[in-house]
Amino acid sequence: MATDVVTKSEIGIGDYRYGFHDPTDKYAFISRKGLDREIVAQISEMKGEPAWMRDLRLKSLDIFFEKPMPNWGGDLSHLDFQDIYYYVRASDRQEKSWDEVPEDIRRTYDRLGIPEAEKKYLSGVKAQYESEVVYGSLQEDLAKQGVIFTDTDSALREHQDLLREYFATVIPPSDNKFAALNTAVWSGGSFIYVPKGVAIEFPLQAYFRINTENMGQFERTLIIVDEGASVHYVEGCTAPTYTTESLHSAVVEILVKRGGRCRYTTIQNWSSNVYNLVTKRAMAYRDALMEWVDGNLGSQLTMKYPAVYLMEPGARGETLSIAFAGKGQHQDAGAKMVHVAPHTSSRIVSKSISKDGGRASYRGLVKVVDGAKHCKSNVVCDALILDSASRSDTYPYIEVAEDDVAIEHEASVSKIAEEQLFYLMSRGLSEAEASAMIVTGFIEPLVKELPMEYAVEMNRLIELQMEGSVG
Amino acid sequence: MPSTLTIQDLHVEVGGTPILKGVDLVLRQGEIHALMGPNGSGKSTLAYALVGHPKYEITRGAVDLDGTDVLALDANERARLGLFLAFQYPVTIPGVKVADFLRHAISNVRNPERKEGEELISMREFRKELRTNMEALGMEAEFARRYLNEGFSGGEKKRMEILQLAMLKPRFAFLDETDSGLDTDAVKVVSEGVNRLAGPEMGVLIITHHERLLEFNRPQYTHVMLAGRIVETGGADLAHEVHEQGYAEVRERHPEEAAEQAVLGREEVPATV
Repeated sequence: MATDVVTKSEIGIGDYRYGFHDPTDKYAFISRKGLDREIVAQISEMKGEPAWMRDLRLKSLDIFFEKPMPNWGGDLSHLDFQDIYYYVRASDRQEKSWDEVPEDIRRTYDRLGIPEAEKKYLSGVKAQYESEVVYGSLQEDLAKQGVIFTDTDSALREHQDLLREYFATVIPPSDNKFAALNTAVWSGGSFIYVPKGVAIEFPLQAYFRINTENMGQFERTLIIVDEGASVHYVEGCTAPTYTTESLHSAVVEILVKRGGRCRYTTIQNWSSNVYNLVTKRAMAYRDALMEWVDGNLGSQLTMKYPAVYLMEPGARGETLSIAFAGKGQHQDAGAKMVHVAPHTSSRIVSKSISKDGGRASYRGLVKVVDGAKHCKSNVVCDALILDSASRSDTYPYIEVAEDDVAIEHEASVSKIAEEQLFYLMSRGLSEAEASAMIVTGFIEPLVKELPMEYAVEMNRLIELQMEGSVG
Repeated sequence: MPSTLTIQDLHVEVGGTPILKGVDLVLRQGEIHALMGPNGSGKSTLAYALVGHPKYEITRGAVDLDGTDVLALDANERARLGLFLAFQYPVTIPGVKVADFLRHAISNVRNPERKEGEELISMREFRKELRTNMEALGMEAEFARRYLNEGFSGGEKKRMEILQLAMLKPRFAFLDETDSGLDTDAVKVVSEGVNRLAGPEMGVLIITHHERLLEFNRPQYTHVMLAGRIVETGGADLAHEVHEQGYAEVRERHPEEAAEQAVLGREEVPATV
């Protein structure tokens, strides 16, 4: 089965480029399929965790079983929780040099271009393969300033006090079914602590790769930006193309303390057999800025609504999101802004593109609690539909308990205009090239917010999505 | 040998309504032709049909360029073959920078076999050429970084069309009312631009109501359309006569078409605008 997948990805035209996969016969450990207390206890034991974490996992498992499946968003009826591997360890060690990483795995990251990017423009890298982080680096000067950038498992061993204080406080397991699932079976993910006043110039990047069929990846990320500090964290995600489903269900918790800044950029390009059900939430304190830049290109179904809780006056939250829904894909994405304190502001900009029968939905919440006066929020969502088989929906929810607030919401839906296509084609552009150019222009206001290398990558991915797809 | 574009008995419908009812015209590289006629006579329709707008349905006739059946080609293939329309109403493409668009266009037109995703012409060569052409048209360098036609004034849009003409160097260019809606200075810039570009390598069909563009670009041939047919062909003096006296005398000489045209009497706007 593997061979035709590899060939397709190497041609790289029109289809998913990262659909190749590696053999799994040399893996260190693969749990049995399915989910129960024994599996959860086994994961905790293999990781040598303290009792409080094991207990939290087991409690979360109970919550997961109690909570019903969400009946909104996308179609989850084909998701079989007992048909998934919850813990897969490809390698027993995490390496500090790419040369030490097992060859199959290293080759994968080479093909994804990670070591090259690391040399050029990153402050640090974590590479997670299946359930565990297999490679990690951080620039020495940052480590000296007290920056911690490690995988969450190592953090639990080395910085237990910080984890005890913050873990599952932004997103408790009771928040939703998938947050409960993640808390029960989490593995890997990034832990970042940026000390007071430290500004990290270049991005820290994590790259998540699923390799095994029917694998569940449940990374758990916790970022703490202390007072006056700043960080830009970037994550990328890919997986092989299989005929049966894999599940990616991450939880990302962020605290941005007084005057701090955090930007979290995701370029998610899962293969079209992956359910991507992610809970991301940040708490922004006095005068802090939290920005989510969220690019969703792949997966079968994505349900993801990065949230900012604006906890103290002066806090700002921003979400820029791009969703691209191709054949057989449903992107149910958006944002949540919760104004808990007065004098807080938020902005949501969402652009979605649907084509070849794909479905893109914007789902967003702006909430202003009682007492949060003088809040401002601005929501703009634009959808571009490329053909009559495709679909776009907008579900804006606004809950305001205060009068003295300024909330704006604008939405537009456009079809790719025949006149625009004709104009470009009359200048020699093929139909596919002309469509790609119109789409690239449509998302340009967001792409220009990305660091240059990611902007180039984003445009390249869009072009690949558009290639060979027209006519 | 100069290229020849031959239009024979061309019939065109838009949304089931016949607009062109048998147009015959021969254009050669190096020639300037003026195409005149009252609103609704089919001038713009001819231009759109020649460059392959999908809404303009050819029901009869042939268009041939040196042995190539033009009507069998898509709009982008016609551009690569060397046909160009300067639009009366250029569309806006948000988020697409002028320079990016032009670099793609040129890469395809200069290398007609190019497939999407293949290499573009060198950035260095492109920038140099773009700068030279923009300076000649009195355009600021900043123009190249703007989004295509977004927020452009009428004059800027027309200049943008002429810039494309200059960069793409087609064998045959159709200028659809390029002088309309412009003030005198802008007409001058556009006219001089066309004048500099028209030469032995380019055949030009200038569609106009006015004589202004023709003062700078003296046509060897003038054609007058009524009700979807070319009813008269003459020299530069015919253009002058129409400009001075309107279509009254032309109508008198062709009462049948004039009657048909009177019924049409509507503003000729491309069906899609």
